[in-house]
Amino acid sequence: MADNTGRVIVITSGKGGVGKTTTTANIGMALAAMGERVALLDADIGLRNLDLALGLENRIVYDIVDVVEGRAEFRKALIKDKRHQNLALLPAAQTRDKSSVNPEQMRKVVSDLLDDGFTYILIDCPAGIEQGFRNAIAGANDAIIVTNPEMSSVRDADRIVGMLEAEGLSNPKLIVNRIRPKMVKNQEMLAVEDVQEVLGSSVKLLGVVPDDEAIITSTNRGEPVSMTEGSLAGQAYRNIARRLKGDEVPFLDLDEKTTFFGRLKKLFASS
Amino acid sequence: MALNELINRIFGKDDKTPKAIAKDRLRVVIVQDRAAVPAPVMEELRREMLQLLSKYFDIDETASVALEDSDDAVALVANVPIRRARQFTASNGV
Repeated sequence: MADNTGRVIVITSGKGGVGKTTTTANIGMALAAMGERVALLDADIGLRNLDLALGLENRIVYDIVDVVEGRAEFRKALIKDKRHQNLALLPAAQTRDKSSVNPEQMRKVVSDLLDDGFTYILIDCPAGIEQGFRNAIAGANDAIIVTNPEMSSVRDADRIVGMLEAEGLSNPKLIVNRIRPKMVKNQEMLAVEDVQEVLGSSVKLLGVVPDDEAIITSTNRGEPVSMTEGSLAGQAYRNIARRLKGDEVPFLDLDEKTTFFGRLKKLFASS
Repeated sequence: MALNELINRIFGKDDKTPKAIAKDRLRVVIVQDRAAVPAPVMEELRREMLQLLSKYFDIDETASVALEDSDDAVALVANVPIRRARQFTASNGV
């Protein structure tokens, strides 16, 4: 392998639907906005969604299976984002499945991307622990585990911690997604601290993203929230990108009282 | 243990918050998940353990080895009926 010092981060969870794809798209956008050269790799072959999250679904010509089967060179398959020149997507195939690619082939793709000069490669891992997972972690040198503050996803996340460790990815970072501060306050939802306590000290908290309607509308438009001001989730993702780069960013105060919309609501309530 | 339960009931363990219930259940299930061993591996473990033990004891083949869960811990429990301890002499000594 050439002398490349790019970071290859797999974004995984075990459980499906916790926000891996949204997280990959948003962190990727934010890093690109900060000047990094970012490649987003959709490893969910057969059920691709990263293209939708980015609004790039109409520009797919070649995908990762075309690349590993030799029909296209990886540069041809990469879709350059028109909003950020230094952000590119390598889409998954939609008509194949996880057995169409093996870990060795994934490693080669990652290696080629690093040689091309990408400083960050974010791999959107599919749900599960089978071939798709093994493909996604191949070539990764770092891992982010996304979990929701609820029982099933934390349980699955714990299993993933063990499996990552077995593959040499021993200090995964944690993102707690879809936290609802009000429910946490009412003792109806696990708090971030609870999740951290259960998963143990080998997992370091990278960020907390609140449940935010803006996420749904952003996916509708194909514009990740981290691109625009005005949403807490967007700010959370931007902070996460900064922390990945080594900045010490204090965690957002998600308490409704102190947010802009919280204050606005209070204003109308009192008048 | 009955006194323990009585005290818990008096001091309101029964109206634990939803989150506290979730956390307890999660802790227990994760402890069990982490200690889980697939059946073939368990069988191999049992075989090797008995092989080792029969070096020191004449043991009965009905010996059992299993994982047992209690509240928040898992233990490996072996029940090995022993007929007699093996004698060690100068020639086969340990």
